[in-house]
Amino acid sequence: MTITIEYYLILSAFMFLVGVVGVLINRNAIVVFMSIELMLNSANLTLVTFSSFLGNSIGQLFVFFVMTVAAAEAAVGLAIIIAIFRNKLTVNIDEINILKW
Amino acid sequence: MRDLIYLTVILPLLGFLINGIFGSKIKNEKLIGIIGSSVVGISFLIALGAFFETLALPVEQRQKIVSLFSWMAVGNLNVSFAFQVDQLSLVMALVVTGVGFIIHVYSIGYMHGDRGYWRFFSYMNLFIFAMMNLILADNFVLLFLGWEGVGLCSYLLIGFWYDRKFEKSTVADASKKAFIVNRIGDFGFLLGMFLIYMTFGSLNFNEVFSRALSFNVPTYVFGFIAIFLFIGATGKSAQIPLFVWLPDAMAGPTPVSALIHAATMVTAGVYMVARTSIIYASAPQIMMVIAIVGALTAFFAATVGIVQNDIKKVLAYSTVSQLGYMFLAMGVGAFSAGIFHVMTHAFFKALLFLAAGSVIHSMQEEQDIQKFGGLKKYMPRTHITFLIAALAISGIPPLSGFFSKDEILWFSFANGGLFFWIMGAGTAMITAFYMFRLYILTFDGKERFGKDKHPHESPSIITIPLIVLAVLSVIGGFIGIPEVFSGEHGNQFHNWLAPIFKDADRKLAYFSMHSHTTEILLMVLSVVFAVSAIWFARYIYLKNPTIATDTAKRFKGLYNLLWNKYFVDEAYDAVIVNPIVRTSSSFLWKIADNKIIDGVVNGSAKLIDIISANIRKLQNGVAQFYALVMVLGIVAAFFWIILSL
Repeated sequence: MTITIEYYLILSAFMFLVGVVGVLINRNAIVVFMSIELMLNSANLTLVTFSSFLGNSIGQLFVFFVMTVAAAEAAVGLAIIIAIFRNKLTVNIDEINILKW
Repeated sequence: MRDLIYLTVILPLLGFLINGIFGSKIKNEKLIGIIGSSVVGISFLIALGAFFETLALPVEQRQKIVSLFSWMAVGNLNVSFAFQVDQLSLVMALVVTGVGFIIHVYSIGYMHGDRGYWRFFSYMNLFIFAMMNLILADNFVLLFLGWEGVGLCSYLLIGFWYDRKFEKSTVADASKKAFIVNRIGDFGFLLGMFLIYMTFGSLNFNEVFSRALSFNVPTYVFGFIAIFLFIGATGKSAQIPLFVWLPDAMAGPTPVSALIHAATMVTAGVYMVARTSIIYASAPQIMMVIAIVGALTAFFAATVGIVQNDIKKVLAYSTVSQLGYMFLAMGVGAFSAGIFHVMTHAFFKALLFLAAGSVIHSMQEEQDIQKFGGLKKYMPRTHITFLIAALAISGIPPLSGFFSKDEILWFSFANGGLFFWIMGAGTAMITAFYMFRLYILTFDGKERFGKDKHPHESPSIITIPLIVLAVLSVIGGFIGIPEVFSGEHGNQFHNWLAPIFKDADRKLAYFSMHSHTTEILLMVLSVVFAVSAIWFARYIYLKNPTIATDTAKRFKGLYNLLWNKYFVDEAYDAVIVNPIVRTSSSFLWKIADNKIIDGVVNGSAKLIDIISANIRKLQNGVAQFYALVMVLGIVAAFFWIILSL
């Protein structure tokens, strides 16, 4: 059987959904972070898929940018999480809610 | 020189700017005074040059428009900043700059040592600027600019000593009163202007006046325009019913009373009526109203003058009365006679005020004539000039007042009728009486002032202007010798102004059916009245002072009526001022402002406060909640896009 574009897109959508749900329901900031990475990767998968099926390399090129940004974001994000942990001794998001009315 | 006429407007403005901006830095009083006076002096010379240039030209070339720039051009309305040099505006310009210059020089001495010295001169120059705009304007809008400008300067100068007490209230109240009463008149003037624009489609004098002749406009429209403009004139020129501000305007420094509230500004209404004579001539009923208002004002103001004891207050009521004369002249169609009286009145009334100022100055700010007496020994020059002015205003030949007053009396008899002549002649008699009551109580008789007063003659910077004005008061009338005496040449002043009023004269079509014998008879009669009134005043106040007090006691009701100025101020307070004040404080302030307006403002703030107090609970600080809302939003947006495909 041939693997059509739908398979890739469904997989990508599923990964994205897992990422969204992970962001919304996890309390641990690091897990939330990982879920965000999952969402980014699902987007990457979509880009690669379309690049391959349309015969256009720009999509694959774009993936590298996304990965670069994701790496930089992970570095900054983890640094922030460590800083928060040092201050509050927790990385639970629902306990970090001082930015409100 | 006619092309330079705009300098007579710009120079005083320059003087105002110099003294107004740098005045507080200039420590030298003389310099301030010289700047202030010289700009007016140069303006006078320019006006004089323009006058002689115009005089040399044939009659049909005597009118000239000097246009500076286009002021506003909106749709059909085109107003330019242009000055009209003609016979009428030149007469007024000469009087304003000439008398203005003399009074400026006088003020150098009179205001000596005042802490607002520079302020005084800058306001005075601003006044001359506004007044020249008023006089020289070639359209109603520029005239109105000057009209409002002189009102502003009047307000500023009445309130010059704003921290002093004046009668029952303060000087500031007197200046506010002048301003507010003038505003009522200005409102009428504005309505008149609107109606002129609606009717004739222009505000330019020449266009309006030529269209007033050629357009087929119903009489009632002319009537409305005329009455609205006249309401403006009653405010500015202190006629019934808006005269109440002028006596209070005496709270200002005496040179201000002389310049603004006697010689120039208050005659602006007379000038305006003369300028728009063709409109008034097209509305004969309104002319009648003006004549009646003028005659009544002249008579009632004169009667109030009999009993007042404040030297400036007597002169103030005398001014109101003389202005009434001028309006009487306007009302009976004797426009040039009215302007003639404007001129002579400027001379002798300015002189009376300045001489009174000299007296007040030497008596240490005392103004009550009951505390004067016998001053002629101490102040010979002030005494003689005051006497000349008093004779002039009483109409004793051959002083200037005789010619102008008798011309008005003659025309009020010839064009108006016996009623107006009786009112006029009666007023002339009362005028002579109260002027000599004032003169005798001040300069003659026993000395009634205390030991602490040391009357002395004023310095020459004060007395020389008095002498100049006295000379003008004596010879000023000779330019308008009536036809009866001058023969075939007729009245020179009248001939000079005739082209301005020829359309109005033709429209009114008064034919003099009275003989010269009648004219001379009436003249002799009015002189006899004046002389007997003077004799009567001498008899009462010099020989038998008890008569005055006895009469006052016997006719206590009448005396109180006159002493309280017919209770006009009280009546206005009761009918207009107090109801407005009461409504303002009980309804407009406490209900409309505090409850309604504040309620709306505070209520809307409170409403937003309540709404936001609830909405802000959404901002709970949990990042995942925000993320959820965002996801839901994105999902909703996707659904919307998909459904709309």
